[in-house]
Amino acid sequence: MKRSIFSLMLLATMCAGPASAQNSSATIIQNATVLTITHGTIEHGSILIQNGKIAAVGADLKVPEGATVIDASGQFVMPGIIDCHSHIAVDGSVNEGAPAVSSMVNIGDVLNPEDVNIYRDLAGGVTAANILHGSANPIGGQTIVIKLRWGKPANELPFEGAPPGIKFALGENPKHSNFGPPPGVAPRYPATRMGVEEVIRQAFTEAREYKKHWDDYNQRKAAGEQPLMPPRRDEKLEPLVEVLEGKRYVHAHCYRADEILMLLGVAKEFGFKVRTFQHVLEGYKIAGEIAASGAGASTFSDWWAYKMEAYDAIPYNAALMAERGVIVSVNSDSAEEARHLNQEAAKSIKFGGLSPNDALKLITLNPAIQLGIENRAGSIDVGKDADLVIYNHDPLSVYAVVQKTLIDGQVYFDRQRDLARRSELEKEKQALLEKEKKAAEAEKKPEEKPAKKPEPKKKPPKTMGEGDGSRDAAGAQ
Amino acid sequence: MTIRWTRLHICLALIAVCAFLLLGWACRIYAQGGEPRYFAITNARIVPVSGPPIESGTVVIAKGLIQAVGSNVAIPPEAWVIDGKGLTVYPGFIDAGTDLGLAKPEGTDEAAARARGRQPAAPPPPAEISIGREDRPATTPWRVAADEIKIDDKRIESWRNAGFTTTLTSPDTGFFPGQGSVIDLAGDRSGEMVVKPAATLPISFKPRASFFLFPGSLMGSIAYVRQVFDDASWYSEAQPVYDANPSKFERPAYDRTQETIHHTRERDELVLLPANTSIQILRALRLADEWKIRAALLGGQEGYALAEAIAAKKTPVLVNLKWPERAKDSDPEQEQPLRELRFRDRAPSTPAALAKAGVKFGFYSGGLEEPKEIFKSMRKAIDAGLAPDAALRAFTLDAADILGVSGRLGSIQPGKIANLVIADGDLWNEKTKVRHVFVDGRWFEVHEPPPEEKPEEKKPERTAGSGSGIGGGGL
Repeated sequence: MKRSIFSLMLLATMCAGPASAQNSSATIIQNATVLTITHGTIEHGSILIQNGKIAAVGADLKVPEGATVIDASGQFVMPGIIDCHSHIAVDGSVNEGAPAVSSMVNIGDVLNPEDVNIYRDLAGGVTAANILHGSANPIGGQTIVIKLRWGKPANELPFEGAPPGIKFALGENPKHSNFGPPPGVAPRYPATRMGVEEVIRQAFTEAREYKKHWDDYNQRKAAGEQPLMPPRRDEKLEPLVEVLEGKRYVHAHCYRADEILMLLGVAKEFGFKVRTFQHVLEGYKIAGEIAASGAGASTFSDWWAYKMEAYDAIPYNAALMAERGVIVSVNSDSAEEARHLNQEAAKSIKFGGLSPNDALKLITLNPAIQLGIENRAGSIDVGKDADLVIYNHDPLSVYAVVQKTLIDGQVYFDRQRDLARRSELEKEKQALLEKEKKAAEAEKKPEEKPAKKPEPKKKPPKTMGEGDGSRDAAGAQ
Repeated sequence: MTIRWTRLHICLALIAVCAFLLLGWACRIYAQGGEPRYFAITNARIVPVSGPPIESGTVVIAKGLIQAVGSNVAIPPEAWVIDGKGLTVYPGFIDAGTDLGLAKPEGTDEAAARARGRQPAAPPPPAEISIGREDRPATTPWRVAADEIKIDDKRIESWRNAGFTTTLTSPDTGFFPGQGSVIDLAGDRSGEMVVKPAATLPISFKPRASFFLFPGSLMGSIAYVRQVFDDASWYSEAQPVYDANPSKFERPAYDRTQETIHHTRERDELVLLPANTSIQILRALRLADEWKIRAALLGGQEGYALAEAIAAKKTPVLVNLKWPERAKDSDPEQEQPLRELRFRDRAPSTPAALAKAGVKFGFYSGGLEEPKEIFKSMRKAIDAGLAPDAALRAFTLDAADILGVSGRLGSIQPGKIANLVIADGDLWNEKTKVRHVFVDGRWFEVHEPPPEEKPEEKKPERTAGSGSGIGGGGL
């Protein structure tokens, strides 16, 4: 049952792409309950979209001539959901697992715009996601923020202007606690939390040297010194230099309070910032320290106990950290969970007593801040990108179902359109299957003939499975 | 003591010399199958590809090269004449991507899988590790296919008999498996077969099949290749600085990989990037720009959706003729995604789309095991809208152009290598049979396969003039 829904969803996605709404012409969403996040709720409000941006928000907006009107009577509009921890849209493995430092790899090299999870997450109201490398290494690969522009090629997915990131990982995953190499292959260093720290420290020591080397070279070159031996480029160290220079965000996978404090210490020593702690299930224990460091925290609502380091978790984590001044988001780390992040956010109302607006911030404005895109996304404000999601109910309700998802003012998911196209796509599929079958039969025939010639003398062709010629004959008898 | 030349001595000496000469001549005949070096194919329909067809003309071959083509051409007296009445002469076909002539590494899973007639799951790259900064895995760009050609590969004859005179033969395992060579499919020694030894630099992004070996992911493979190009660029810059100032700098370590890549770049050697699906195609175009390489796309089967983008980059494509199909042993109940169905349905329309957009492309057999399957695949492309003329160009002049040998191969013009295929009709026609093939001016008569199916056709009429009986099995 569930599978068939999935396959239909998959079908529905095929000739995707946004609705024909022209970028240049205006679109207006009317009669909606507008959850702006930054300046309250507007009942019977309208949002005017021009050139992919929010041009006006208010209760009484004039409809410009020629504008596309989306009537959202009785519906709720909120900013598109931003998933701060996602692994969708990746071609190949999300882990380059062999080296302890895999900063040379870049998720941006392997974006897969045809991953159906993009569409499915759109159907859950997600408009942007932080696509992370896996957590197999203390320092993992380079990461990228994308918009879920389903139907566009890979080079049109990246969120323009979003700072690049890099994945770090602490604890059990990078030290390979819960899995190991096959027999005959040596286990990889590090195998302890001490080792994880040392690997990070070593990598940044190298990066510092590398930067010094290049700075020195560039200085001499500028001064006209000759001859000069150029340094080598090192794809592994360059992203770490960017971290040192504050040009690349560190997103650190972590669980335990002690390892979080460790990374804050290393960061302080080398003079870089941790942009977000990911998972951070024990963050509530050291919320003050995290807040003081300026790092954000991106956590699960209530997902834990799947391994030792995930036992000391509580559903109050998000609320408690937020109370202490940490910028907190709730993420999915899962293509499935990303489809109901609104419900995940709602849990912090029950556990910790966040206000509904603060709960919605966990999946909109706060992740936007964490990813450095708050000037373009995360709330319904004039001038921001028109990345919006329309629900039939209050998004914090379990009855809320996404009706439309817009990115840059264009409709990328429309529930009614999706439902309407399913039969058409199924028809196309059946036609292609039929065509394939016929071609296969046509190909078989010439090979059957010579084999058939001497056959009849032996016995009449009653058995099935001799090919279509004999089947036809049997049918005729 | 003086040596006196008696009459007897002189006689003996003469006899010895004669015997020696005779023996040498006999050996020569034996070694080369007594091949004549001059031919004339007369009264044939000639499709030179470089120009309009000649309805009835003559092609003269002299010492491996095409000497003259036309409707009114003098036939040299020493030429063996082949009556081409009812026959059509085409330039020899080029299979622009194969491992023809290369032995598979023995004892590997792949070799075993091939022996069992199965597609190997994931061929392990060679264990060989090149020295370099990271002890580079599966990186042997200095290998050149031409050095490893085995003339006893049975496929050479079957390909040639089908009309293929030339291949791009490349090693295919590893991130930098080695350089591909343009090979003519005849010769007594492998060296005679080589047209262009270092023709292409193929790259693979297929990761090593283990989580515990770098690079073990697609993004890892790309990062790895990127670093190799960085290293080669560094070499290009640093080595001259060192060479000019050996007393000022520490000596850079010797590194065969970066040195080889440096030289391939100096030669502007064509880099082959694997790119079959649209994601791969767009990625390859981007990486080619980033790495500043002259690239061709290998595969290209979803090119039907991206022909314009490929044309805009002026990137040639070598199209894999092994069209995607449902796995023969697949579960009939298995869900077939619409995307896959569309891909399988539309892939053969790629050549037509590329031709329309003005993309230069060639064809390659891509693992098809029989030459007749190659033609069958090509007919599918024609059925899907490709003009037969364009298909012919892709198999001849355009492929030669992409591989940088169009000055010598790919058309029937005086001065070009005498690679010809002579058939009893239109090569697009399923029933057409190849009668003669010339490779480097060597004549091969194509005989009917052993008469199992049609015993009545046991005696094929000899269309060749006086040359019958020689040359057929020249290898």
